[in-house]
Amino acid sequence: MKDPLGRPPARLLVPAALATLLLLVPLVALVVSTPWSLLGEQLASRDLRLALWLSVLTATVAMLVCLVIGLPLAWVLARLEFPGRGLLRALVTVPLVLPPVAAGVALMAAFGRNGLVGAPLRELTGLTLPYSTAGVVLAHTFVSLPFVVLAIEGALRSARKEYDAAAATLGATRWWAFRTVTVPLAMPGILAGMMLGWARSIGEFGATITFAGNYPGTTQTMPSLIYVSMNSNPEAARSLALVLLVFSVAVLVLLRDRWLATP
Amino acid sequence: MKFRHLVLVPLLTLLPLSACSSDGQELTVVAAASLTETFEELATEFEKEHDGVEVTFSFGSSTTLAEQAIEGAPGDVLATADEKSMLTARDGDALAKDPTEFATNRLVIVVPAGNPAQITGLADLAGTDWVRCDDEVPCGRLALTLLSANQVAADPVSREIDVKATLAKVVENEADAGLVYATDAASAGDAVETIEIAGSEGELNRYFITPLVQDDSDGLAQEWIDFLASETGQRILTEAGFGKPE
Repeated sequence: MKDPLGRPPARLLVPAALATLLLLVPLVALVVSTPWSLLGEQLASRDLRLALWLSVLTATVAMLVCLVIGLPLAWVLARLEFPGRGLLRALVTVPLVLPPVAAGVALMAAFGRNGLVGAPLRELTGLTLPYSTAGVVLAHTFVSLPFVVLAIEGALRSARKEYDAAAATLGATRWWAFRTVTVPLAMPGILAGMMLGWARSIGEFGATITFAGNYPGTTQTMPSLIYVSMNSNPEAARSLALVLLVFSVAVLVLLRDRWLATP
Repeated sequence: MKFRHLVLVPLLTLLPLSACSSDGQELTVVAAASLTETFEELATEFEKEHDGVEVTFSFGSSTTLAEQAIEGAPGDVLATADEKSMLTARDGDALAKDPTEFATNRLVIVVPAGNPAQITGLADLAGTDWVRCDDEVPCGRLALTLLSANQVAADPVSREIDVKATLAKVVENEADAGLVYATDAASAGDAVETIEIAGSEGELNRYFITPLVQDDSDGLAQEWIDFLASETGQRILTEAGFGKPE
């Protein structure tokens, strides 16, 4: 096959190969160094099943919450002109640069039982978020929201505003145009954003363990289980990491094939 | 193209950084998280007695540190909060000498100042929001032993990843009680109240120390270990809540 544009330049191909190796080598090393004999025993362990289920549950709920509140926020950023829009977009990116443990500390300050919101909430309803599965979902939502909002905002921008205008000339309200024109056009980007958010939640550790704690069945997600296993049994931690890796990749590949058929 | 070599300039400025340790001696101590404040205080005294010496630390959970030492993580001395992690390090051929015991520690209950849940002992923990270390770390294993010795079956709301995280939950008043070491309780000062646990004297946590195979401190590692046994060393350890080695 001859590319009419000429040979691909080596100064692009070499760094690209390096990037591929950097991503690939640690994963191969993990697979190679995993004690396969332990895997059967690991898969049967109750803690693993609880943690994997909790990870999937909380990541999925967090993804849906991110969609429900993130899609409207992305629309506001993509479609409305208002003072402070740049500031709002900067705010959305904050969880991206904040170390997750710091995010956990911030969440504790806000929603802990003595927190700014947490204390009145506890007084009025008796509810507390730390140490609960809802707390895990909150931590996941906080760290995943930027991925979802930024991906969807990009998609909404490429589903150009002119289509909204065309819909308006045909008598569509702004809400109707959003539902029947903007969202369908941006759908691949919206789904990609949801998948990014889900993947980020599956890997979330710092904010979750700081804010929600670590207890099997209620707040212990896969990354927390891997971390505490690392303390006593590094070989078990390796096979747990492998389970999470294979599972997440399988889910993402399946979803991609199902929803995002890219040429 | 003629500016291409300019990228070297920022790289060249990094060169001195890689060589800066040559003018003074450096001792790197890898130690259990529960030794943080005490070792930092000891380092101040140690540096006074040893001119031009700088002590740097890496604190963490004993088991993690032992694993890292086996993997060749830089460090001259390893101090663990239990015997098991030290044995792990020995089995991984990470130790330069046989370890020695230099202190002991016991578990206590800490509650936030004012004791909001009115806790007086292990038996009161059931039904409150209390925390302890995870089963997989030494302070968690010790907690389990004491709970079963006292025939208490209370479940914590969270199994924290280390003793500092457990203490933090109580200091921040995000938990009604926590099981931590006596030394952690002492380090938290007035932010917490301490309640002794029946039988804790019989379940001591033993601290071990020894130079690592990657020790390149020119004998400073052994001087640090000797310093712990000196009068100054013993005074600081006792003030921090540590007990004498058995």
